Order: sequence, then structure tokens, then C-alpha cells
Amino acid sequence: MRTAAYIAVMALVTYLIRMIPFTFFNKKIKSPFFRSFLYYIPYAVLSAMTIPAIFYSTGSIITAVVGTCAAFVLSYFGMPLIAVALAASGAAYIAGLFLA
Amino acid sequence: MTKEFTTGAFHGLPIALGYLSVSFGFGIKAVQSGLSPFSATVISALNLTSAGQAAGVDIIAAGGTLIEMILVQLTINIRYSLMAISLSQRLDKRFTTPHRMAASYGITDEIFAVCSARQSLLTPAYMYGMIFAAFLGWVSGTALGAAAGELLPASVSSAMGIVLYGMFLAIIIPPAKKSASVLLVTAAAAGLSVLFRYVITAVSSGFAIIISAVIAAAVGALLFPIKEDE
Repeated sequence: MRTAAYIAVMALVTYLIRMIPFTFFNKKIKSPFFRSFLYYIPYAVLSAMTIPAIFYSTGSIITAVVGTCAAFVLSYFGMPLIAVALAASGAAYIAGLFLA
Repeated sequence: MTKEFTTGAFHGLPIALGYLSVSFGFGIKAVQSGLSPFSATVISALNLTSAGQAAGVDIIAAGGTLIEMILVQLTINIRYSLMAISLSQRLDKRFTTPHRMAASYGITDEIFAVCSARQSLLTPAYMYGMIFAAFLGWVSGTALGAAAGELLPASVSSAMGIVLYGMFLAIIIPPAKKSASVLLVTAAAAGLSVLFRYVITAVSSGFAIIISAVIAAAVGALLFPIKEDE
């Protein structure tokens, strides 16, 4: 029941964030500060979400570090999102085989 | 009408394939966090977003408050408002208010990117086709991941826990490489997040993400305001 409340709130907020501006907005945001803030916020959020949580994402810091390095190198060279995501997981898996 | 839908679905195919594997990771993560496969699938069907869902599951697992849930979703997903504003300028006249209310559900980073690249005005059918493809990939991937998370060997499912974070790195790193200001903002956000994790531990994980991101982005906006056409 508690989980259902969380899910309902999450879905409603996510929908309204998309629906209200898409349905009712017709003007352009002028404030340079606000425009810049909106430009930076996705990167800042993803960065704060990823670090340090990524190092705890596989249950072993060592395999997570290996996966992170793989993701870092591939994204540095501009590989597609999906390739980076799967390579991170593959590298963590292989590192896990060596540890076992 | 039908042709526009098919074109949209066809353009959405790469998105669907990408979503399939990423949401597989989400399904595993959600089950590992204590959610049922059914709840995980419902979350994916209702939200159609990766970062917001991952943070939402963290809050559910940590027993956070609903206010925290609202603020976290607002912070993480506010970028969709900007994308929605951008797309709203390029809609065909067939996009009546009910169509806008329906299609807004499917504004994701990838759908926004593909729709922005389209030369002609966007029709409801085109967007529905693309959203339909993306939805199938995202929801079926979640269901498979959530169900298989219990069947797969622990070595595989624990390694899948890093999939979403890998994708986040792939979103952050290329722009950070090109732009010193993005690099600074992401480094500041990461530094603050580490500080909250190990030093200021009284702050819950959801709020730690909001505070870190808002400070880093505000400082970035003050020090390095972006030029008009970026």
C-alpha cells in the first residue's frame, strides 16, 4: 500500500512536469540565469546520482571500479549510450569471474 | 495518419532497442531494492524515464518521505519541461489540447532528440508511433529484468546493477569533455554528493542529490551563463 502511494506520486509528478509545459507553454524563457540553470541541471543531477553510488552498484567495489573505468573510457571516445552501459556491466562481470 | 504512426515507430526502433537493455538493468535493480516485478513494471509503464525511476526506487527502498519523492522527481525530471517547451514550438496544427496532453507522457531524452531532428512539423501520430515503440522496449525490458533477476546467476545480476550508471556516464562525459563549464558543474555535483555520502550523513540520499545538483547548476549558471543558441 505504501509502495502504491510512492508509485502514484512519482508517476503524477513526472507526468505533470511534461504535460503542463507541452500543453500550455507558448513563450520562450528569457532569463539567461534560468536558461543556463536548466541547461546545467541534467548533468549535475546525473553526476550527483552516479558518484559515489556507482561504486556500490555491483556489490563489490572492485568489480564496480572496473565497470566504471570501462564506461569512462568508452564514453570518452563517444560510444553510444547502450554500448557504454553494456560494456560497464560486461567489464564488472568479467572482473567478478577473476575474484571468484 | 497510419503512415505517420509507422514512420514514428520506425524512427523509434533504435530507441526501443536501447531501452530494452537499459530497462532490463532497471528491473534487476528494482527487485534487488525490494520491489516486486509487478511494481517495477508498473513504474516503468507510468514514468518512462531512467534517472527518475532509479532515484524513485532508491527512495522507496530507503523508506523516504513523499515530499522527498516529489522534490527528487521535480529536480531530476525538470529537464523534460525544457524539452516540452522546445517541442511545443514545432507542433503541427493537428496537435489539439487532448493530443498534447496525451503525447507529453512520452517526452524522454531520446524521443526529444529524434523529434528535434525531424524537419517537418510534428504530428500526433508520428509522436504516438515513436512513443509506442519506446514504451514496448522500456516496459518489456523492465519486466524481463525484474523476472530474470531472480533466475539469473548472482554474478550476472549483480554486474547488471551498473548498467544504468554506465548510461549516465555516457550522457555526462562527452559534453564534459567538450565544455569546461559542464566539466566543472559535473565535478562540483559529484564532489558535493561524495561529501553528503561520507561526511554530512544526516541528509537522506534523495535530498543529497537535489542539494548537490541545484548548488552545482546554480554556480555554473552564475559563473558560466550559456550563450543563446546552446
